[in-house]
Parts: sequence; C-alpha cells; structure tokens
Amino acid sequence: MLGLNVRAALLSLALLAVLLLLWEGLNRPPEVEAALTEYELLMGGAAPQARVPTPSEVGALAVQELSDPFYDKGPNDKGIGLQMLYSLKRVMTGYLLAALIAIPVGFLVGMSPLMHKALDPFIQVLKPISPLAWMPLALFILKDSEVSAVFVIFICSIWPMLINTAFGVGSVKQDYLNVARTHELGRLRTAVLVVLPAAAPTILTGMRISIGIAWLVIVAAEMLVGGTGIGYYVWNEWNNLDLTAVVFSILMIGLVGMALDALLGTATTLVQYKE
Amino acid sequence: MSPYFLNAQGLTKRYPAPRGGQPLTVFENVSFGLSKSEFVCVIGHSGCGKSTILNILAGLDDATEGVVLMEGQELSGPSLERGVVFQNYSLLPWISALKNITFAVRSRWPDWSREQVLAHSRKYIDLVGLGGGAEARRPAQLSGGMRQRVSIARAFAIEPKLLLLDEPFGALDALTRGMIQEELVRIWEQTSQTVFMITHDVDEAILLSDRILLMTNGPKAHIAESVAVNLPRPRDRSEIIHHPDYYPIRNYIVEFLVRRSKELTRQSANQESAPQPGTGLRYPREVDPLNTPASPRAEPDPGPKASAAVTAGTLRKPSH
Repeated sequence: MLGLNVRAALLSLALLAVLLLLWEGLNRPPEVEAALTEYELLMGGAAPQARVPTPSEVGALAVQELSDPFYDKGPNDKGIGLQMLYSLKRVMTGYLLAALIAIPVGFLVGMSPLMHKALDPFIQVLKPISPLAWMPLALFILKDSEVSAVFVIFICSIWPMLINTAFGVGSVKQDYLNVARTHELGRLRTAVLVVLPAAAPTILTGMRISIGIAWLVIVAAEMLVGGTGIGYYVWNEWNNLDLTAVVFSILMIGLVGMALDALLGTATTLVQYKE
Repeated sequence: MSPYFLNAQGLTKRYPAPRGGQPLTVFENVSFGLSKSEFVCVIGHSGCGKSTILNILAGLDDATEGVVLMEGQELSGPSLERGVVFQNYSLLPWISALKNITFAVRSRWPDWSREQVLAHSRKYIDLVGLGGGAEARRPAQLSGGMRQRVSIARAFAIEPKLLLLDEPFGALDALTRGMIQEELVRIWEQTSQTVFMITHDVDEAILLSDRILLMTNGPKAHIAESVAVNLPRPRDRSEIIHHPDYYPIRNYIVEFLVRRSKELTRQSANQESAPQPGTGLRYPREVDPLNTPASPRAEPDPGPKASAAVTAGTLRKPSH
C-alpha cells in the first residue's frame, strides 16, 4: 500500500488531468472544412463567437512568458515577472508599514485594559470597511496613485495583525507572567522575553491572514490605479481581448499567493511552541 | 526583634461580598514564623487558602489584613529574594530547560558574564540530576518529573533567601515523587535554604520538614497547630518509617486532618470572635485533651523551633 502523501498526490494529478481534458475538450475551435478567408483569419478563425482559451493555448503562452519574464517594452508591454515585482513591492511596503504600527498598538491594547476599552470602538468601526472604499479619499489626500495603492494595502492588512496581536498578548498565561514577576523583570523585559514569545504564534497567524488579504486587494487596487502591477496587467489584457493572458495571469496570482502564505506558514512553525 | 527570619502576622484574606451576600473570608488571623534554614510544611484541606498564603509570601497576591516581615522588612511585591516552585512547573515552553535556568540566573545577576551564568546554571542542572542532553530540550519534550526538576533547579539557582514550594510534587506519580523528594532534601541539606512548602501528603511532609503547620478547614481557616518533626537527619524514606516517633506523628496529623480540622473550624465559627493571636502555635500545649488526658508532655519551647518532641506517650498508640 502506498503512503498517504503519495496517494493524495496521485489523486490530485488525476483530478487535474480530468479538469484539463474537460476544459480542453469543451473549448475546441470548430473544425474548418474550407480554407479560411483572409477576413476569417483576421477575426480569429471560423468560430462564430469567442471561446475561453484552452489549456494548451495557456500553456504555450506560459512557456513563452516565463522564458523571458522580466522584459520591458514600454508601459503596455512588460514581462509577467516584472509586473509581479511591482505588485509585490507595493504589497510589502504597505504590509510592513502596517506591521510596524499594528504590532506595537496591539501590544498596548492587549496589555492595558484601558487602551483596550478606549480603542475598541475605533477598531470595530474601521475594520469592516472595504479597503477599496478608502481609495477615493486616499487619492484626494495623497494625490498620488502609487502611494494610494500602498495605503490601501496598509489599511487592509493592519486589522488582522492588530487584533491577533492584542488577543495573543492579552491571553498570555498568568503562569508565565508570574514567572516574570518573581524574577523581577521590568515592563520592557517582560514584554520582550515573556509576552512576545508567548504571543508570537498568534501574532504570526494574524500576519499570515493579513498577507493573504493584502494579496487579494492589490489586484483590485491596481486595476483602479493602473500603470504597473499584476492587477493592471490583468485589466490591460482584458482590454486587449487577450483572454489567454488573463487566464495565465490568474494562475500566476494564485501561485504567488500560495508562496506568500507558505512563507508565513514556515515562519509560524518557527515560533510555535508546545506547552 | 523577632527571633524568626520570616514573620507572618495576622494574615487575612477576604473576598468582597457578591451582591446581597456575605463577604467570603478564606482565612483569618494567620500568624507564623520561620527560622533561618528551617523546612516548614503546611498541610490543610483544599480551600483553606494554603496557596493564597504562599502567593502572599511570594508577593504575587495581597493579604486583606496583616503583614509579612522578612528580616524585619515588610514584604511588598515579588522579589528574587524569594524563589517559587509552582505546582504546574511554570517553565517557559519556548526555550530549552537550560535556558529556563540561565534566564533566571541572568535576571538575578545581570552583571555576570555569559560564561559565569552558564557555569552557575549547569551546576544546578547537575544538582537535580538532569544534564546529559536533557537540558537542551524544551519543557514539552521532558517528562513531568524532569520538568519539576528543572523548576526546582531554577528556584535554587537564584539562591533566594526563602524558597516557596506550592505542592511541587502534586502532579507526579508516586515513584517519581519519591525520587525527587530525596533530591530535594539532599539539595536543601547542601544549601540550607529556608523552605516553606505546601503539600497534601502527610508522609511527604514528615520526610521533608522540621515543622508542620496544620490548618483548619476554610472558610475562616487558621493555623491551628505547629507540629515539630524532630526525627534525625539525614532521613531516608525506607528507614524513617521504622523510627518509633514516625507513626505517632503521622497518626496525629492524619487524625487532625480527618477529624479536628473540621471541629476547630466549627468552634471558631461558634465563638463569633476571631481566633486569638497565638492560637496558631498550640501544639503541644493543648494536644487533644479528650484523647490523652493524663500523659506527660514536654514543655513548649519558646525558641524559634518548637522543638518539643511528639512522643509516643502523648498520642494514641501507633498503628503499625
């Protein structure tokens, strides 16, 4: 009997094969009986209406795009890798700024019941606002589409980090705090040596949720602000009527998102501890 | 100046009344003293506030009334002068056993070099018989007994003036408990710490302590008696039970726990008034008069250690 992992991998591959075959089979271009006229060739073959591109078409484009991912031929023709880097740079800037604020404020909220009660109404009101709703205000105040996109990432990734940090810090076991007290640790040393490692898994979970949300939001934000980035790329290819490129970039967004999540997942296991 | 190293005076813990109810007095007017290098155990039923008393000594909890003086200074808040071994070990789970100890040593002596801290910590790791690779593991990878050893090493390593042990062996199986008890006695004999320990186990208390404080049942618990355990040291678990004084002391304590801890609580409830200061140290002045009406009895010793012997004659027949 094969191991569970091997069997799961085989099943995944089988599902993938079925899916690709169905996708390919249902979207084949109709057979052509006569030679195409020049007009028909210009209009994309003999199909009476546009089709979703087949996996083979997407695969061919992927090979072509990934063999030279970083080319730059002007504002409307950049490699997929380059577009991804633009997006990642925006996500990382906004995300790290959010972490810089969310984690200290989360500590404050988690450690002080007064701050918790005082800040809670603000958090509760601001948290459910769709990050894109901030976009017009951000554009008006910041007067820069690039900075506005970063701001949208900042505002959407701050809440899970803030809430998880506050929760993790607030629920550090009294036993550990007693150890800190009986060893006469000051407030700062208690925070760094006891509270931070005790709350680290919860904080990292918040950071993992945040990076996921930030990656979701960047695509929409870049569709709005335009210029560069993977979101702009998707929208631009839609306007170019190049659905093959759209499908290809959708898959790439998924893969990069998975990589980001795996990165934070690894970081979480590093700070995980068993009681 | 009191002859005692540590003096608890009139400790009372009272929780405010829930709406429409009576305030809850857990214990009342608890007074006792510990001499330097003395090993004192407290025995009492659950709910008599033993752990709260220990937490007050540790500075983790506050008494509603009363003060604790250590070397004439009133205690306030926790301090590295008082080491605590918690029942659930309370080791930091994200660092190794050794680092749990260096953490404590470094907070005790912040000026020490790395090597000094490490050498000192290793000494105590060896003292509790860990070492050999176990010290590099995290607490979750150690057995309960090993964890408690780390916890004991951590408390001894900071060389506190007073060591507080809150039912340190409560969560261990009997075999492990016996082994660690012996280690504890050995370390205590080497370091001559003053130890205040809470336990439920009568045999454990007799094996370890110089003196056993007996508490009545809560609410409104108090320390009813102080029993001197003047069995010779070093004590060995297998030999101590053959000592002629062993079973008299044991039976006396068991009888207290089974019967008189309740009666004394009822009495003090009927008296309406709080127990007088000094009732804390009754034994052997007022050993149950019903039971042993006319037996010769040693006079109470005014010194710090109530050294009056519990002799077989003062008590019921040993039952071995």
